[in-house]
Amino acid sequence: VSLPRQIHLAAHFPGVNSTTVWTDPSAGSQIEFDSFAHFARNAERGLFDYVFLAEGLRLREHKGRVHELDVLGRPNTLSILAALAAITEHVGLVGTLNTTFNEPYELARQLSTLDLLSGGRAGWNAVTSSDAFHGANFRRGGYLDHADRYERAREFADLAKKLWDSWPEDAPRADAGSGVFLDEDVPTRVRHRGSQFDVDALFDVPRSPQGRPVIVQAGDSADGRGFGAEHAEVIFSLHTEFEAARAFYDDVKGKLPAWGRDEESLKILPAATFVLGDTEQEAQERSREIALAQVRPEVALTYVEQVWGRDLSGYDPDGPLPDVDPDTGSETARGWANRHAAVRARIAKLRELSDAEGLSIRDLVIRLTATHTFVGTPQRIAAEIDRYVQERATDGFTVVGHLTPHGLDEFTERVVPLLQERGSYRQSYEEGATLRDLLGLPAPRATRPLTTGPLTTVPFTTPSLATR
Amino acid sequence: VTEQVHIALALERAGWHPAAWRAQTARPHELTSPVYWRDLLRTADDAGLVLATIEDALSLADRFEPTDGLRRDRVRGRLDAVLLASYLAPLTSRIGLVPTVTTAHPEPFHVATGIQTLDFASRGRAGVRLVAGASAAERANFGRRATGVDALPASGRVEDSPEIAAAFREAGEFADVLARLWDSWLDDAVIRDAESGRYVDADRVHNIDFEGEFFSVTGASIVPRSPQGRPLITVLAHQTVPYRLAAEHADLVFTTPHSADDVAAIRTEVNTAAAVLRSDGRERLRVFADLLVLIEDTADAARQAARRLDDLAGAELASDARIVIGTAGDVVDEIVALAGAGVDGIRLRPARQPADVAAIAEQVVPLARAAGVLRDAGQSGTAGSGTLRSRLQLSRPESRYAREKVAL
Repeated sequence: VSLPRQIHLAAHFPGVNSTTVWTDPSAGSQIEFDSFAHFARNAERGLFDYVFLAEGLRLREHKGRVHELDVLGRPNTLSILAALAAITEHVGLVGTLNTTFNEPYELARQLSTLDLLSGGRAGWNAVTSSDAFHGANFRRGGYLDHADRYERAREFADLAKKLWDSWPEDAPRADAGSGVFLDEDVPTRVRHRGSQFDVDALFDVPRSPQGRPVIVQAGDSADGRGFGAEHAEVIFSLHTEFEAARAFYDDVKGKLPAWGRDEESLKILPAATFVLGDTEQEAQERSREIALAQVRPEVALTYVEQVWGRDLSGYDPDGPLPDVDPDTGSETARGWANRHAAVRARIAKLRELSDAEGLSIRDLVIRLTATHTFVGTPQRIAAEIDRYVQERATDGFTVVGHLTPHGLDEFTERVVPLLQERGSYRQSYEEGATLRDLLGLPAPRATRPLTTGPLTTVPFTTPSLATR
Repeated sequence: VTEQVHIALALERAGWHPAAWRAQTARPHELTSPVYWRDLLRTADDAGLVLATIEDALSLADRFEPTDGLRRDRVRGRLDAVLLASYLAPLTSRIGLVPTVTTAHPEPFHVATGIQTLDFASRGRAGVRLVAGASAAERANFGRRATGVDALPASGRVEDSPEIAAAFREAGEFADVLARLWDSWLDDAVIRDAESGRYVDADRVHNIDFEGEFFSVTGASIVPRSPQGRPLITVLAHQTVPYRLAAEHADLVFTTPHSADDVAAIRTEVNTAAAVLRSDGRERLRVFADLLVLIEDTADAARQAARRLDDLAGAELASDARIVIGTAGDVVDEIVALAGAGVDGIRLRPARQPADVAAIAEQVVPLARAAGVLRDAGQSGTAGSGTLRSRLQLSRPESRYAREKVAL
């Protein structure tokens, strides 16, 4: 009897956005170490594959001031993951890290360090960004145009892989008797000359347990999917509706054979929210309550101000959409992922949805941003998650709770045991398993650092998800 | 009355002797393993040492070492020091964690948030040691800068090399940006006001709008103000330009006097620089003296151990810092002399790790305490409540933006 397909789960630390309900009296600190410790320990208790952190490059702004209505402030991604490595033993540690505002040598050594410190549990959600708003905080500075930023991401990851592969597994020799610490020709010198980087590098971190971190990607464009199929080991998608998820799964996994990869070499873990109840009705009521807390009246107005690009504070959040034109030249929406959207087309769609369903501003925003992926009893949610995985719509989910830091505790306590009963979720961690082992991924294929063949390319993504 | 000093530790892979990794007690296969560092830091923490620095560089070769024909009998490879310190934070309880950061390639924004995160994870025990400039090996690894710090000019004076002088100006900017970012959130910025629906008060978060010679940084930190407000900034300095960097930007300077007279000269120079460069109201720069120590139970045994390592290394041990090869008592005698000359603390560079770290913890610290020379906040302070600043009798600085607000 073969086991059912196994479910993989990632635990996403609540973000700096309206999904995270800070008005709840039980909501804890977004920054104290205890919050992260609690979160990671719960993920480990729930046998999750990994904890997942976004990246902060600049505080969000609204109307020229830092955004006041949502949780604001978060730790440095790499530093907090390194600290969590000290207090966890099994769970993977995956961070979102940008290719535009880091240098390959430095980021490669940081990720190798994290992998060494954690005993092989490091992962990298590789993202690109290019806008001047975030760039203003960095030496690298402002704007990379679209093509350049992808070129940089491609070269970045290619170079990082060569650096990771430049140390053999048995180095350093460290033979006190003969006095040879490091053999000749170790590490392999990495020479790279491209449009973005021109380096002649000797990497200074020995090979880590996984060789290189697990590569996670969040891109969803046609290009993004193609690169994901070629290089990503996990895809963090937004397709959670069953048919859309299955279509995405079929599309991306269908591209794998062309790259000599099998279905299991890439895991697709869409973002998912959940609301539990003892009964279906209780869960539905709770979902509505949480949605109202997520989209408070002022949050709803901010959302439409972001889209319209102008001050709409005079409008009633419980009334219809504003009847005025957007200000498409406005800088109101600086730092928001939607700033490049075709504003007018977007507004037309919002009006259509609002008219069709008779939605107020606030209900429209709830519909768009606070529709919870899974709502129901633990039994129902476990069955749904299992169905997605068994029917090949996903390999699992990247779960995010609405409360910091304990939003996933009830998932661990009430849903995980039911997944285990179904035989589709691990009963324990295997001792010494790396993150790649937990995810059931094959060892990465080594680059050949000194060949002159075509560059190996790697996944890159837009930051829209990861920086939310 | 005996003057009292703090005792700090400078950790460097296998230790400060180039052949330390070949000592019998060395753990040369574990230099990038978490267990090795956990053991070292717990030993130092349990002994009550005030802080530990961790060396780092962004290259396989050492700073002034050619990358061609790299010697194979030296320790190569290491962990990123900021992340190593972050890992060590939850595993220790009192000791300050002070990783090394070079200022030529890393992003000041990432370093600022990384050290703030270390401050949160350690509950107020974070610092950073800044190193100016980039070596040739580092520049080759990044491919971004044509010039840097390859060798001191013939005069030995930093100011006679335009490249190195520029590197120190850049390090100054770097330190300035760290401090501004660390001040960018007022302590009370998070208000969680459910009534108005505001999580923060935007008036209490300030873009730093820094424009410098080497870089600009516009926004506020992504990290709220950390337990110490501003984690400790430290530098190692041997001459005028670095002393001036320390006087203007640092909380603590590590120095390398070889005698009590040296201490007096260094103090004079640092105080002169501080009088001009240190902003009003800033607390006095703390001055530590470095000693490289190799400790055995008898002076003979120490000399023999040193000679054995020297033979393996092919050269007698040399250092910018004064070298003490002897018993723990000899080390304490040196500490007493330096304390009398007026330093605030001693940073001990163990010749061999872990052996000399253990000797420091088990012998030097108790002897120094018995001699009344150890400033021992660990004994009298409230357990667990001490930040690194408070152990050094440095107050928690108020954000400059809070002061501006008052001034308005």
